[in-house]
Amino acid sequence: MRVGVVALQGDVSEHVDALKKAISERGEKGEVVTIKHSGIAPTCNALVLPGGESTTLGHLLVYEGIADEIKKAALDGVPIMGTCAGLILMAKSGEGQVQKTRQYLLSLMDTTVNRNAFGRQRESFETKLDVSVFDSPYIAIFIRAPAIVKYGEDVKTLAKIDDYVVAAEQGNLMALAFHPELTDDLRFHHHFLDKVS
Amino acid sequence: MEIENLRHGTELIKRGFAKMQKGGVIMDVTTPEQAEIAERAGAVAIMALESVPADIREAGGVARMADPAIVSQIVDSVTIPVMAKSRIGHTVESEILESIGVDMIDESEVLTPADTRYHIDKTQFTVPFVSGARNLGEALRRINEGAAMIRTKGEAGTGDVSQAVHHMKQIMGEIREYSGKSKEELMMVARDIEAPYELVEETVNLGRLPVVNFAAGGIATPADAALMMKLGADGIFVGSGIFKAENPEKMAGAIVEAVNNYDNPAKLYEISKGIGSGMRGISTDTIEENQILQSRGY
Repeated sequence: MRVGVVALQGDVSEHVDALKKAISERGEKGEVVTIKHSGIAPTCNALVLPGGESTTLGHLLVYEGIADEIKKAALDGVPIMGTCAGLILMAKSGEGQVQKTRQYLLSLMDTTVNRNAFGRQRESFETKLDVSVFDSPYIAIFIRAPAIVKYGEDVKTLAKIDDYVVAAEQGNLMALAFHPELTDDLRFHHHFLDKVS
Repeated sequence: MEIENLRHGTELIKRGFAKMQKGGVIMDVTTPEQAEIAERAGAVAIMALESVPADIREAGGVARMADPAIVSQIVDSVTIPVMAKSRIGHTVESEILESIGVDMIDESEVLTPADTRYHIDKTQFTVPFVSGARNLGEALRRINEGAAMIRTKGEAGTGDVSQAVHHMKQIMGEIREYSGKSKEELMMVARDIEAPYELVEETVNLGRLPVVNFAAGGIATPADAALMMKLGADGIFVGSGIFKAENPEKMAGAIVEAVNNYDNPAKLYEISKGIGSGMRGISTDTIEENQILQSRGY
């Protein structure tokens, strides 16, 4: 497999390291490449949108001509994982802050999101999450995290905090409000790579 | 959600916040309008100030934390993170900034130090801190005090990138120099550079600082930003360089695009042309000794 991590801004190296570790744990052959320019995404059979600032990422995805390549890949069934800023970019629409800045969205998933749903950095937190596809709780890192506030019937909820959906999937697409790349627990990376294998 | 199940302000969350800024440009702003221009241009965060370093330098006198009302207005005007500067050692200024919702505090030599001996114990705060450094010892002392991000000091408010270059090469060069040394040699290094041994060892093993390392202090053009990325910076602070430029909007966008294309000269040409002139600036070797900001702090 060839996994591409969008490398325009954000915690790219953390995702690259986590993916390499997960691929080797699976005993599969695969490489992880970074995507800074157009022409690379179409050569990958899985894509990752990392954490970062979604307004910056949106701006550069369009400027570099990568946005349309990702949209096409999603339609072709290529598995795509978005974390934090990635969850925002994958959404169809936004409320509150997303609406205010009219920031660019890729519109991949039938979701409506809210940026900074849990507050500012001082409200950022770690917590134990119950995830529908895991047997035991998962420790998740939320940093100025967004959340899915509305979603269509094709969207499957994986984890919630109160009424906020913080992990969801829709066919080949998976969006997480937190950062699986910042901890050693690679279950979400494996769940994602299961879609590729 | 039960509130006791949430853990705030952990090392992982503070350093994690800094990691989300990687590959980005953090811009100084003094009004909500400037903050919106920076956000639209693709800034990852903004630094809310009463005046930019070039003006602080020109005004002279004692430079203090910005009016919290101005910082608060800027906090409310954008969706990206907002940082603000506290005087070195001024715990109360930092507490005020934390209470109004600032996402990261810069314990900055641009302001007049409130303590000539000690820096703030940054482990006591929920929000993360960024600190300036000129060499590895200074960087590791700040990390030991709890800084979640390091930036070069450079020489703020000059538009002269030479000091930022010097500080980045110094830090990177020291890491290369100490790699391959034995444990007992590293103990001697730790003593010489006045930094904790554990952090010296961790840095050498990682081959880089244990926290995100940005460039700051004198960056004024897309080419300056690209140069600092080429030297190994994780991202860029631009202070006076945006809103002292002829066309701040174009300069801001161009610097964001240059950071992503730092290794592509042809693209940098496209990005750099027709954006108007950069800030006028002053050459650092013409500044009098008592006007140098980088020697503040220890």
